[in-house]
Amino acid sequence: MEITSHWRIKKQRYALVGEVCPHCASKIFPPRDICPECGDEAKDLYQFSGRGEVYSYTTLYNAPAGYEEQAPYTVAMVQLEEGPLVTAQLTDIDEKEPEVGMPVEMVTRKLGSEGDRGILIYGYKFRPVLEIA
Amino acid sequence: MMATKINKIMNDVFIIGVGMTPVGEHWDRSLRELALEAMTAARDEAGAMHPEAVYVANMLAPALSRQSHLGALLADFSGMRGIEAVAIEAAGASGGMALRQAYLALASGMVNTALIVGVEKITERVTAEVEAALISSSDADYESIHGLTQTALAAMVMQRYAFEYNVPEYAFAGFSINAHANGAKNPNAMFKRPINLETYQRAAILSDPINMFDAAPLADGAAAIFLARGDVLPSNLPFPPVRINASAAAISTVAVHDRPNPIFFSAAENAVKVALDRADINIEQINFFEVHDRYTIFSALSLEAAGFAAPGEGWKLAESGAIALDGQIPICTFGGSKARGDTGGATGVYQAAEAALQLQGRAGEIQVADARTGLIQSIGGTGATVATHILSTVETL
Repeated sequence: MEITSHWRIKKQRYALVGEVCPHCASKIFPPRDICPECGDEAKDLYQFSGRGEVYSYTTLYNAPAGYEEQAPYTVAMVQLEEGPLVTAQLTDIDEKEPEVGMPVEMVTRKLGSEGDRGILIYGYKFRPVLEIA
Repeated sequence: MMATKINKIMNDVFIIGVGMTPVGEHWDRSLRELALEAMTAARDEAGAMHPEAVYVANMLAPALSRQSHLGALLADFSGMRGIEAVAIEAAGASGGMALRQAYLALASGMVNTALIVGVEKITERVTAEVEAALISSSDADYESIHGLTQTALAAMVMQRYAFEYNVPEYAFAGFSINAHANGAKNPNAMFKRPINLETYQRAAILSDPINMFDAAPLADGAAAIFLARGDVLPSNLPFPPVRINASAAAISTVAVHDRPNPIFFSAAENAVKVALDRADINIEQINFFEVHDRYTIFSALSLEAAGFAAPGEGWKLAESGAIALDGQIPICTFGGSKARGDTGGATGVYQAAEAALQLQGRAGEIQVADARTGLIQSIGGTGATVATHILSTVETL
């Protein structure tokens, strides 16, 4: 079954669930059970807000196998407002040129598909924060 | 003092044979044929010595050629059936790590002679499949799944670097120009034509801001080195043995986003510090540096991590010509990954072979004058694994 590795981390993919360290209060994404700041055990779940800003980005033209149909697309490292950096595609950017520092918010989108049955994989992408009209 | 010197030589590890194939698109040569060519050349230089162990450096054969288990395969194919053999994989640092494993075996006294061969066959698959195989060296669940490529990761690092340090446009051109200038005089290089600034400025973008001349080409090739410990060195070698003064390796995070500072190669800093300490020398004593220039940003970051430039200023060494053959710190003396060509997991072995040729005075038109001590470094992922070695001529004790 191709999808177990995705099913195991669906909380991370769909809801940006990470951990908070009970010793030093660091917010951790993705979860890794040992706090990278203080080295102590950190297994308490923490739900991130999904808000952040672009730390860096790039638009790529030569996609790896399985992603050719999506190309070109833009990927970014996003600094979540709680601290951690996360890597994801930027979406809904249309004509807008991404910028370092651009405020973005998490949305759930199709990341791709896998296997002969083309099972869809969903996860987080980030879009420029939608302005209220 | 005399007794200490002799003991040092007895236990030290030496390179006594090198071999390499040209780097390029070898449609008509298989993985094992390329490896055999390099292995035979290295063994020929080592005279009558037989390797007791074979270490293979490779990263992509399982994905691209459906061939794993290369240690046994290549030892068998070259007629060495009774010995021990293993393949070492650490993404782009496989070459340096294979050298490290061989060094550790010899330095421990458990193995007397070893043959290291790095080999890669990139041309077995089309680009998209190669990109998919390459990105497996990054974080599968949190980087690769988003459709990243190694180039896109390096591009994000370069983008942020340019933003934080206010770097001028075309600041990295000098790395590419230098690599091509040297590669033009390397008969084994994939690209033998020098380039100028205009070439760089007109280059197509791969993943902004990385253009075609910022990124090394991946191609086929094999390089091999024969190691022997001091107390078993034969007396009739055709070329002077090259000493491995130090061997070190370090890791950082696999995912770039997990790093406290994504625009600094902390693993490289650690590995170089340990290597310098083990060799008991300081950075000024390094005569040349075989940098793993998979991308021009890697060259800048490698120079900064090693201490040749402050963070944010590595690109200035390219602008000023400090990295040229006659500069303060020549890099990529045989063309580096950019012009000689990057052979994936085999790159670290090409670096070792090239450094040995420099130290043996066999580099011809690309000889670094008075080369006595060289630094070689191969990098896995986006700086996640770094293997660093310091090599020197025998007289340099």
